[in-house]
Amino acid sequence: MQRLISGWKLIKNEIGYRRTNFILSVISVFIAISALIASIMVLRIHDRHTNQILQNKQEQLQSRMDSLQNETRKAMLELGFNILILPENQDVSDWYTKDYGDTYMPEQYVDKLAGSGLLIVRHFLPILQSRMEWEEKDMEILLIGTRGEVPNLDKPPREPMVDPVPEGTVKLGYQLHQKFNLSQGDAINLKGKKFVVNECYNERGNKDDISAWIHLDEAQQLVHREGVINAIMALECLCQGKVELSELRDKISEVLPGTQVIERGSRALARAEARLKLKKRAEQAIKSEKEHREELREVRENITSALIPVIFIACGIWIAFLGLMNSRARREEIGILRAMGVPVKKILHVFLSKYFIIGILGGIAGFLGGLLSGFIFSRFLEGSFIWIDPGIAFLLWLIVLSIAGAALLSVIAGWIPALTAARQDPAEILHGE
Amino acid sequence: MLIFNNIDKTFQVKQRSVDALKNISLELNDGEFMVVNGPSGCGKTTLLLIAGSLLRPTSGEVSIDGQDPYKMSQTERNQLRSNAIGFVFQQFHLIPYLSVRENILSPALASVNHTGNDRTEQLAEHFGLTERLDHYPRQLSMGEKQRTALARALYNKPRVILADEPTGNLDDDNADIIFSYLKEYTRDGGSVLLVSHDRKAAQYGTRVLKMKKGELVNN
Repeated sequence: MQRLISGWKLIKNEIGYRRTNFILSVISVFIAISALIASIMVLRIHDRHTNQILQNKQEQLQSRMDSLQNETRKAMLELGFNILILPENQDVSDWYTKDYGDTYMPEQYVDKLAGSGLLIVRHFLPILQSRMEWEEKDMEILLIGTRGEVPNLDKPPREPMVDPVPEGTVKLGYQLHQKFNLSQGDAINLKGKKFVVNECYNERGNKDDISAWIHLDEAQQLVHREGVINAIMALECLCQGKVELSELRDKISEVLPGTQVIERGSRALARAEARLKLKKRAEQAIKSEKEHREELREVRENITSALIPVIFIACGIWIAFLGLMNSRARREEIGILRAMGVPVKKILHVFLSKYFIIGILGGIAGFLGGLLSGFIFSRFLEGSFIWIDPGIAFLLWLIVLSIAGAALLSVIAGWIPALTAARQDPAEILHGE
Repeated sequence: MLIFNNIDKTFQVKQRSVDALKNISLELNDGEFMVVNGPSGCGKTTLLLIAGSLLRPTSGEVSIDGQDPYKMSQTERNQLRSNAIGFVFQQFHLIPYLSVRENILSPALASVNHTGNDRTEQLAEHFGLTERLDHYPRQLSMGEKQRTALARALYNKPRVILADEPTGNLDDDNADIIFSYLKEYTRDGGSVLLVSHDRKAAQYGTRVLKMKKGELVNN
């Protein structure tokens, strides 16, 4: 059997012979690479934890906002219309004092508004409201003509807030049906036209108690105002937040020129504003948390970016020191190899190959140690164990970084000792014996 | 085989010149066993290192097989040492983590073509090391160590053996064995240049030179 000698044999046997020096060198590389990988993992886990925290807060906020939005919507429905659109030349004080208007706008305005694509208002109710003498009963009443809500064509259909009044019927306020002892199904005459009582309202304590609701077309005929209305009632949608009144006016004016918009305060508005404030506060809290986490990351990044080079330099110096000790211990061996004619290049190759092996082993061990210590450090830094799946691509990148970084560190640190060893003057070594 | 022509060697020691060799001229022929005797510090090892193309002389010419090694490139000089010269030292200089077999084979690291294991087995048998081939230097006696070193020196079948106090660490019996092997080598046509302060070495030399303060006194 042919047994040959090779550089690899020298490396392998020498490693076994001076294993303490070798193990200490591998440990140095291990420490450096572990520190590097651990710091990368700590930052990555920090980022993942930050995302988790912010996502949880965002979800909590969203859940709270959804709940509040629902409450606001219910409140709005309970509290009725909060937008009143009147002709531009309608004196608002007259409207309030007389409870009706004496200026008019085309009835088609309500259809125009419903089809305008304006999403901040919904539930459009065209009305013609007029004070009139109920001659048959010798009483002044408020006559309100309406044809029911016009649906917003750009929004999903919702249940109407008020039911339309069928033609030929009338809905009576509390005072009217009480005073004349009227009930559902009774027939009455209004200016000579016959209507059947459709509904009798309970007492509301406002002008509704002396109001009579009939179909818009019939009201227009009774007061001789065909094709016109004097108000559109609507509901401002507060679900997406409060729009400034001026903005609301501008938007409606763009659709309905020659109109004015009056917003009526309501608990729904207050609730919506409270919801907005809560949202702002919560968003501010999320922002603060994000800033805090970013500051924390910056601190950790600064520490690691200062510490890692120090660790690398310290480990490099230690490897170089071990290398110099090793080359000193191998003086005689180098001397005799050179005397036998082994070229400097080959001796350098033997030494550098050994450092490369140190790098590979230290790199692999450092990679595993770094992953593990990254999770352990993060457990203490983050306050709880955070598991992340690094993903194959990231792991591959870490492995390449570990092995390449370790090999580079080891070979650079071992370069001077290797060169020193290879360039030793054999004459000096052999002469010195 | 080996010619020294007016060789001088001066070392600079702390801004002071020390003449290690002064005007040395000698000629070592094939089959010759030359012994250089002299006290410690007289320049024997310097002479040997210059002969081994390891130490450039300050002046003068060296010729090995008709070539001046100090006019060669480093690579050529390495080849020359590998092919033509074998070294034996007092301290053996065996590589501690290689077995006897691997130590004997180690000159093969310097050459592209080597004779492999058969040559190792032959040398081991010749030097009585067959049973020790898989042992490590720390497991050997002094005599075995020097025989291993001698076997290593002969591995590449060199033209000349340069021996520096090869018996310095050996008892008389082992010293006689080593001298006998070297003598045997010269009988096969090889040349030996042996430097020693041991006067017993002179008994084996075909030519004995005395050296004193860097000069050959009876060349």
